[in-house]
Amino acid sequence: MTEAAVWDALGEIPDPEIPVISLVDLGVVKDVAVEGKHVRIGFTPTFMGCPALDAMRTQMEAAVTALGGEPQVDVLLDDSWSTDRITPAGREKLREAGFAPPPPRATSAPTLLQLQKAVHRCPYCNSTETRLENIFGPTPCRSLRYCTSCKQPFEQFKTI
Amino acid sequence: MSARTAVLLELADDELILGWRNSEWTGIAPFLEEDVAFSSIAQNEIGHARALYELAARDLDTDADALAFDRAPEEYRCAPLIQLRLVPDWARTITRHVLYETADAIRIERLKKHEDAELAGIAAKIEREEVYHRLHAEMWLERLRDEQRYRAAADELWPYALGVLEPELRPALAERVGRPEVTAVERSAPGAEFAELWNEMTMVRRSAPVGAQW
Repeated sequence: MTEAAVWDALGEIPDPEIPVISLVDLGVVKDVAVEGKHVRIGFTPTFMGCPALDAMRTQMEAAVTALGGEPQVDVLLDDSWSTDRITPAGREKLREAGFAPPPPRATSAPTLLQLQKAVHRCPYCNSTETRLENIFGPTPCRSLRYCTSCKQPFEQFKTI
Repeated sequence: MSARTAVLLELADDELILGWRNSEWTGIAPFLEEDVAFSSIAQNEIGHARALYELAARDLDTDADALAFDRAPEEYRCAPLIQLRLVPDWARTITRHVLYETADAIRIERLKKHEDAELAGIAAKIEREEVYHRLHAEMWLERLRDEQRYRAAADELWPYALGVLEPELRPALAERVGRPEVTAVERSAPGAEFAELWNEMTMVRRSAPVGAQW
């Protein structure tokens, strides 16, 4: 079993909440190490209260088992994951599915004014005439915005 | 218990209990956006508690659920500010939110510089999410700061807010909040208000044997 084969298998696992994007697209697989049958995966959780984390872990273990390996998923409780780890392909898939992707991280934390003034393209009509409705949304990773052009609310990924 | 474990448990207890208190607004917040916001903040706080308990559990050779739910009420170390049951008083809830998030930011900033890489790492991860809690609190502060009910709640809760932090961090909080340091309501064995929450919080766990499959 090669590390490349493990990465390919992990790349086939859909995110439990947003199945258009894979766990590899989401950037939560930090590293993979193979020694004989033993496969160690360094897993960096997204939002710490995300209920999908346990499902991700179980599915990664199942994927390694299906390859004939013995999985060990190490949960890395440090800050190595940020929304900047979402791959360009992952961002495009999010947009196609109706989510505005997270803006890149700035050097300092965002201010309220910046969040309110930030320009986001509506994933439905491409207009930039959108406004922040709520910092919080249906899951911890999303905010709610409203497009004043097509009069449609949409979800935007928070930058963390 | 090591100093490191004590730090982790104190922070975890604060986040867990605040998460429960915030979740008491789910379904009954003044308007839908706040229902979503408070539920989401509650979920984040409980997520932080889980990660902190996991690190502490490794030190103590137990698991996160056991630390969250199997301890006796008097073993919890959460600050008195967090134990208060404030629902259905929105003014006091927002005041606690503003004060807690301000105090928490000071504590997390310091923890991010801790020589223990695991403590520093988890603090940095928590901070990424807390930024949004603070922006939400700031939005409400701007709206309510001159209202009588907000000012009365701030007078009442200020000594409690100081008690969230260790004494050496309190001057920084006083400066950020713009209030003089007064005698703090210190952490001590939790009282009757907490016991009621503990009862509710641990009921499911106590009613099923350890290792039960759901």
